[in-house]
Amino acid sequence: MANKKTHAAPGEALRSQIGERDGAREKLARLARQNKLAVVSAAVIALALLLAVFAPVVAPYGEAEPDVLARLQPPSAAHWFGTDELGRDVLSRILYGSRLSLAIGILPSVAALVIGIVLGLLAGYFGGWVDYVIMRVADVMLSIPSLLLAMVVMYTLGSSTLNLFIALSMVGWASVARVVRSQTLSLKETAYVEAARSIGVSRFTIMRRHILPNCIPSLIVLFTLNVPAAILSESSLSFLGIGAQPPAASWGLMVNQSKQFLFNQPWLALAPCVAIMVVVLAFNFLGDGLRDVLDPHSQNE
Amino acid sequence: MKSFLKRVLGMIPVLLGVVLLIFIMLRSIPGNAAAVLMGEHVDPATVERLTRSMGLDDPVPVQFFRYIAGALRGDLGVSYRYDRPVTAMIAEAFPATLQLALLAALFAWALGLAAGIAAAIRQNKLLDRLFMGASLLGVSMPIFMTSLLLQYFLGFRLGWFPLTQEAGNFASMVLPAIALGWNSAGSVARMTRSSLIEVMQADYIDTARAKGLLRGGVILGHALKNSMLPVITMMALQLSSMLSGAVITESIFAIPGIGRLATTAINNRDMPVLQGTVLFTTVLVIAGNLLADLLYSVLDPRIRKEV
Repeated sequence: MANKKTHAAPGEALRSQIGERDGAREKLARLARQNKLAVVSAAVIALALLLAVFAPVVAPYGEAEPDVLARLQPPSAAHWFGTDELGRDVLSRILYGSRLSLAIGILPSVAALVIGIVLGLLAGYFGGWVDYVIMRVADVMLSIPSLLLAMVVMYTLGSSTLNLFIALSMVGWASVARVVRSQTLSLKETAYVEAARSIGVSRFTIMRRHILPNCIPSLIVLFTLNVPAAILSESSLSFLGIGAQPPAASWGLMVNQSKQFLFNQPWLALAPCVAIMVVVLAFNFLGDGLRDVLDPHSQNE
Repeated sequence: MKSFLKRVLGMIPVLLGVVLLIFIMLRSIPGNAAAVLMGEHVDPATVERLTRSMGLDDPVPVQFFRYIAGALRGDLGVSYRYDRPVTAMIAEAFPATLQLALLAALFAWALGLAAGIAAAIRQNKLLDRLFMGASLLGVSMPIFMTSLLLQYFLGFRLGWFPLTQEAGNFASMVLPAIALGWNSAGSVARMTRSSLIEVMQADYIDTARAKGLLRGGVILGHALKNSMLPVITMMALQLSSMLSGAVITESIFAIPGIGRLATTAINNRDMPVLQGTVLFTTVLVIAGNLLADLLYSVLDPRIRKEV
């Protein structure tokens, strides 16, 4: 498909170089004014993160606190989302599960971002065989359907939380590398990079100081949209039983364990589903909003 | 056409890379596959004989080239668990996946196009917001959530459709098709809407309107045709991702397709089957992407020469 045009205007690049960042703050303020949905989404994400961090304080019951006398209870004042087959409070499990689900959404996306930035810069800046090798590997990673790739990694490493993290990091870096590479390619031809090179600035300083900062807007957007994809992958793998393992609480795993009670106790499976949907939706709204203000070249999808 | 051939040839290193990557990952598991296969209480001589007959004692590069040579002849090895050729198992499972994907695509495209066009016509009105909100909801719902909701409401509460797929029963295929197509319907609707709105701002649309043509006629006769290009490309990509991404839908609705093959292969530690299914679906995806590119160049006369 047609490559995204990502030339930063030379003027803009120059201004960023002399320290006059054309108001990242202004842009965010504009986002806040124009896109209320993005603001609400950011608030939802912040709330979800806070709830995850303070789960032990907020949750009315423990993570795995069975109560055999209160099994499969419908939602009530004591148990807002009811209880599961072991009498554990579903709301508390969702709050504790958010720690794993959010961590698995965010941490592999960070890892993928770092790997993708490094490889993308190397490929774009050095070109030649370095570029060829890195981009063919990226092609390979992108052509295997991501869920299947993650499944193969989980098969090899075994099902555990750490391996889930590794699998999802491996899946995500290639698209980051592509974006960084294409921006590097166009940026390294600009006058200011040439100027820096001519006064003897080292390659790595050029990449770090002059090229990377110009990639940041697209990377923020990419990251915001990678997180929900990772959350969905985690929940899918855990749903299939090859992700997080019991007794850990993860949203996908909760759905997996409670799908057998769907017809008589539907809240068991649907509560964690709704949690996933709200968080994913918030990240998607925020990503769309950020793209509109940060990435002027792709405003219409 | 010549450059298209070049692109096809360019896919070969990628395909080899895919085989190599999967090969290395699946072969790097500690432990002898033959020993795992036979269970715990078998004498070492038997294990060794089986190891040799499976070719597992050869160096990995030899195994790799043997696998490639086999794959080119349509031989993807033999299932550890079922002692059957993997190719035959894939051939058996594929029709179910293909049927599911085609139905899902049909549903997604019909609903997505209709909603997208309606939303574009009523831009920024209530209907538009409603449809676009629903489509974002569709895009953000995990596929197992859609599936479970459908099973609960349409299958269990209303009893309109069977809960799982039964062979030869059309009604039983409705829920899986909706579940798999739901996300795609959302993206088709969004893409149709934004593309159509963009085209409607062009001068020739104003001209057509100025000539006195009715709004609906202009949309159907002029705008729609020109706005479909990105949508059609997206549809082609969706079909290939549905063919490969039906893992969860197939698992929930008990459909004996490729995705089920992959999940059971993982649970059975059946490496050749997993390797074969991943390779097969990757080829499908790559072919689908190529087709989408080709379609794009055929449909748009402006880029027909360049591709």
